[in-house]
Amino acid sequence: MDLNQLYTELILEHSQNSENKGHLDHANCTERGHNPSCGDDITLELVCRGDIIEDASFTGSGCAISQASTSIMIDLIKGKSKEEAGELVNTFLSMIKKELNDYDKLEMLEDAVAFQNIGNMPARVKCATLAWHTLREAITKNQ
Amino acid sequence: MKSFDVDRIREDFPTLSQLVRGKALVYLDNAATTHKPIQVIDSIRDYYNKSNANPHRGAHHLGVLATEMYEKARDKVREFINARSSKEVIFTKNATESLNLLAYSYGMKHVKKGDEIVICISEHHSNIVPWQKIARLKDAELKYLYLNDDYRLDMEEVYRKITDRTKIVSIAQMSNVLGTVYPIKEIVKYGHSKGAIVIVDGAQSIPHMKVDVRDMDADFLVFSGHKMLAPMGIGVLYGKEEILESMDPFLMGGDMIEYVEEQNTTFAELPHRFEAGTPNVEGAVGLAAAIDYLNKIGLDKINKYEEELTAYALEKLMGIPQVKIYGPKDLEDRGSVISFELEGCHPHDVSTIVDTYGVALRAGHHCAQPLMKFLKAPATSRVSFYFYNTKSEIDQLIDSLLKVRKWLGYGS
Ligand SMILES: Cc1ncc(COP(=O)(O)O)c(C=O)c1O
Ligand SMILES: [Zn+2]
Repeated sequence: MDLNQLYTELILEHSQNSENKGHLDHANCTERGHNPSCGDDITLELVCRGDIIEDASFTGSGCAISQASTSIMIDLIKGKSKEEAGELVNTFLSMIKKELNDYDKLEMLEDAVAFQNIGNMPARVKCATLAWHTLREAITKNQ
Repeated sequence: MKSFDVDRIREDFPTLSQLVRGKALVYLDNAATTHKPIQVIDSIRDYYNKSNANPHRGAHHLGVLATEMYEKARDKVREFINARSSKEVIFTKNATESLNLLAYSYGMKHVKKGDEIVICISEHHSNIVPWQKIARLKDAELKYLYLNDDYRLDMEEVYRKITDRTKIVSIAQMSNVLGTVYPIKEIVKYGHSKGAIVIVDGAQSIPHMKVDVRDMDADFLVFSGHKMLAPMGIGVLYGKEEILESMDPFLMGGDMIEYVEEQNTTFAELPHRFEAGTPNVEGAVGLAAAIDYLNKIGLDKINKYEEELTAYALEKLMGIPQVKIYGPKDLEDRGSVISFELEGCHPHDVSTIVDTYGVALRAGHHCAQPLMKFLKAPATSRVSFYFYNTKSEIDQLIDSLLKVRKWLGYGS
């Protein structure tokens, strides 16, 4: 994978100046996720009303990939139902594993398609998927 | 070899001349593992071409040859660390297994409720986790020596932490994160004065400097072959004979026994008592060849050359305003491992980006999470040199680090 594809303006913007970073006043669901092997450590905060994720944010630290992936994911899931968010997680993870053939589904991921080729950098897959695994944990725990 | 001819030396290391994505490989992860010279690779091929049998079993020709090669390797190690007897040299898989052996065979037997085990905050996980287990099982206390602002250990801290209740002191001679070389001789002396035994983890020191177990008077020394040109899967535990004699076996089975009856067993003499099962003969043979190689160049020359490299790298790294070094900034009591932070650039991104320029460095916690917490750094980047590295490789490192800042969107 080319560095040009990885460290794009979009990813740098999300990793360095994310509007989604910080605490939420009324979060009613938080979930921490970390990669012990590399030190990326994030905490998702969600405001859920009924089935809808009304707001979301994150705190923590990590590499540009993990931070940007978290921020882009948050943009994507705000206002979605838990079920829709769960579906997005599945789609993202299959995209990373290169198991996604359905282009309509790829479109659903919007900016998160930026991580499409991260599978070519096995050492960084965990960084890109951390937030998504964490979201899945949060949703399953709060069914 | 008259002067230190690094170009000549590099010809012995086939992996070093590889291209990585079209760029010359700059391998700066030697604290993790080192590359192997053809002399070591050939010794293993030779062993399999001519011998290949289980040592100490059977009287056929190949078995005799394998026994001879294996025991010769042991004696080579004995000489290398200046042990009194080859009974004191036990082959293991690596430093980690050697430390586990000590925790179980020495710790389980001699640590009692209320005793203390003292280690340093910069230990590798392999010198922490086994002691946590012993401390928990025996209701003993695991205590840490902390470092001063220069990333060095003050003897006052040693005097404070090691007490009459301390049974075991276990400390790395050189930190695999900071590069600090600790005052082992004084620590051993003080530990002994308090009645403790002292274990030295030589995984990072042995490849780079002369280590003499009699001079340092350590009770035990552990190290791994793969960090000193030898294959993976061979390690060493040195122990003073009288202490080894007092210990229970670790793994049990073939080769470590004398007589086995239906219900009882008597164990073999040292060192075989601690080597159960068919051993790693190819590893031992490769380790002997690695020691020959190091001796041929001379550890004093290696040490001196690496000091030059380290001085050069420290100067160049500190010339980048955004670099913060975690470790001593001068050459006094420090080895060729340098951990650093590049402001605003996470170590994962640093390693991914420099890798595209052929530079192999390490990012992360380096198997020393308690130290990272102590340093308040979730992760660092680390470069570590061996005598086959060059100043021009350090220049390439510096160039690629400057590019990291650009890739991550910083002006310069
Ligand atoms: C100081 C120190 N001790 C122990 C070890 C463990 O070595 P091994 O994984 O070969 O057992 C290492 C390896 O990085 C080390 O640096
Ligand atoms: Zn990461």
